[in-house]
Amino acid sequence: MASVNHSPQDHLGQEYSVIVENLVKRFGAFVAVDRVCFATRTGEIFGLLGPNGSGKSTTIRMLCGLLRPTSGRAMVSGIDASHDAEAVRQRIGYMSQRFSLYGDLTVIENLRFFGGMYRVPADLLSARVAWAIEMASLEGREDARTDTLSGGWKQRLALGCAVLHKPPILFLDEPTSGVDPISRRRFWELIYQMSAEGVTVFVTTHYMDEAEYCNRLALMYRGKLVASGSPSELKHNSVRGDLLLLECSPLGRAVEVLESAPGVRESAVFGNALHLVVPDCAASLAHLPRWLLERGITVTTLESIRPSLEDAFVALTTGYDERVAEAQAAAR
Amino acid sequence: MRWHRLAAIARKESIQVRRDIRSLMIVFLMPVMLMAQLGYGINLDQKHVTLCVFDREGSQRSQDLLKRFQNTEYFKLKRNYGSYSDLIGAIDRGSCRLGLVIPNDFSEHLRAGGSVAVQGIVDGTDDNSANVIFSYGQLIIQKFSSEVQLDWIRQRGGNTSNPPVSVDARTWFNEDLESRNFIVPGVIAIVMAVIGTLLTSLTIAREWERGTMEQLISTPVTPLELLLGKLAPYFAIGLLDTAFCAGICVWWFGVPFRGTLFALFLASALFLSGVLATGFWISALTKNQLAASQFSLLATFLPAFLLSGFAFPVDQMPVAIQSFTYLISARYYVAILKSVFLKGTGPITLRAPMLGLALFATIVGTLALRALRKNLD
Repeated sequence: MASVNHSPQDHLGQEYSVIVENLVKRFGAFVAVDRVCFATRTGEIFGLLGPNGSGKSTTIRMLCGLLRPTSGRAMVSGIDASHDAEAVRQRIGYMSQRFSLYGDLTVIENLRFFGGMYRVPADLLSARVAWAIEMASLEGREDARTDTLSGGWKQRLALGCAVLHKPPILFLDEPTSGVDPISRRRFWELIYQMSAEGVTVFVTTHYMDEAEYCNRLALMYRGKLVASGSPSELKHNSVRGDLLLLECSPLGRAVEVLESAPGVRESAVFGNALHLVVPDCAASLAHLPRWLLERGITVTTLESIRPSLEDAFVALTTGYDERVAEAQAAAR
Repeated sequence: MRWHRLAAIARKESIQVRRDIRSLMIVFLMPVMLMAQLGYGINLDQKHVTLCVFDREGSQRSQDLLKRFQNTEYFKLKRNYGSYSDLIGAIDRGSCRLGLVIPNDFSEHLRAGGSVAVQGIVDGTDDNSANVIFSYGQLIIQKFSSEVQLDWIRQRGGNTSNPPVSVDARTWFNEDLESRNFIVPGVIAIVMAVIGTLLTSLTIAREWERGTMEQLISTPVTPLELLLGKLAPYFAIGLLDTAFCAGICVWWFGVPFRGTLFALFLASALFLSGVLATGFWISALTKNQLAASQFSLLATFLPAFLLSGFAFPVDQMPVAIQSFTYLISARYYVAILKSVFLKGTGPITLRAPMLGLALFATIVGTLALRALRKNLD
């Protein structure tokens, strides 16, 4: 068992818990996951970020052996997930996107059931169940039917069920969707705790703020991996130029005219303001307000800002869409 | 296979059954309803058949013949009509099923030692009943006729006390020839088939519908553990229901139980295994509770009702249908139930149908295991 449990190492001695090589999943003609490659270091929190339908859940399901890849390889803890799914399942905890515990069972019954499924030894089970209840702050709710719990409680209970057997790798598929902000915060505290104890946490999300909590991120868009790196790397490398915040009115007209504004590469709406990508920050700050005023737009704020993850996301996905459009035009 | 996981699944499943009102109704109400409906509803005996008469003579002799009909429990004299058309009207309306017309020279012919015909009109809408009614009627008239003959011989100095040949018939196993004794044990098979598949047809489909399957198959559980763990509570419930139904048969319907409990429960355990596996299989294939429950009723109730021989004997079916019945496990179970209840046959004598049940359970169990995929593809 020890021999298969060794995760591969690179030349620096860095261990990898998950290695994905050219992973492809097709559903009929639809390519849900298209030649995706990445690696997750042991003990890190690795985030797969992307909009709905970008292939995140399909990827995580292939890693857990729930879907078979069309081609490519997914190695989890040194085991090929498509060849020996059962061996992978022994070593992972999985929390699916949809709440999938038994609503007609109580908190403690659900925990005991999954303890049985993962063969937590009988003498340890009570201690593990007590630990999970404490971790999830479910004291006093042990005998409550699970479907009477609110979203945050359910989420923490699901996490408790997934980690009862102390798996070295944890897969969480959009764990906090539909959960209130305070519960989300508490949930992430738990994730940090586990990561600190050496657990590799693989999480998918479409929340930008949540993605900031990850050690490293991979960005998925339309089935493809468009970028990866730490949140700060992504922010700094993906925005080609300087970033400006523009508050003005009318906003809609501004979006139109900025298409042809000199020295503005990209513009995107963020709330009731615009984020502009420009090659020369100083020049734009000097000339843009006047240029806009000449077109009937009054500027209230124009300032240089540091890019957020969302800026990186917009830059990367529009860059991707442009490249695809160019390639299609060239093919024609 | 790990007992630990199997036990965890069995425990979970039994908690869910306990909390599911629909399942509880199937477990507790279904046996009573089916036993009552099928036990009372299906009666192949013809008793108290309504009889109408147009007695054109109205003599001592003709009344004598009618008394014979009235003295059996098979006929009930409803009315004596004054005209032929009234009698026909009564049959047309369905208010009587057998009409007798006694000619006006009935006793005259008999006195003279001649022969006379009595007209019998049977409502043949239900051909099977008509045959039975007709042969009952013929028997009564034949007996009457032979007595008249003997009387006539005796009056002329003959020394005959009895007809020359008579049958001394003894009925075995169902001495009173009660069709209820023949039918009711077979109802156990119908009850088990319906309960068994209906309960299990929900188990896998429910996991898919509620989304719990995804979590379940992400654990290292094996299909065999899932199959056995999920079926174990239903197996226990099924055997309890068998005992309950057998109790109703004996203490409520008064059907004799001449066999051993061992034979009854061995056969029931084998039959139940096949039935539960069928439900599980259907559930794994459809992944939808409604479709699964509808389909399992079609796949088990109808064949068990029509083709098992529980009320309609297999050897009276067309040959093609007869060979088809070998594929229906209820057929073997019904045969065993009837033998165990009425004949007291032991398991050794019943090894062929027992083997049939075991074979069926093994095949369907294998199919059910193969249908259970541990992935979402």
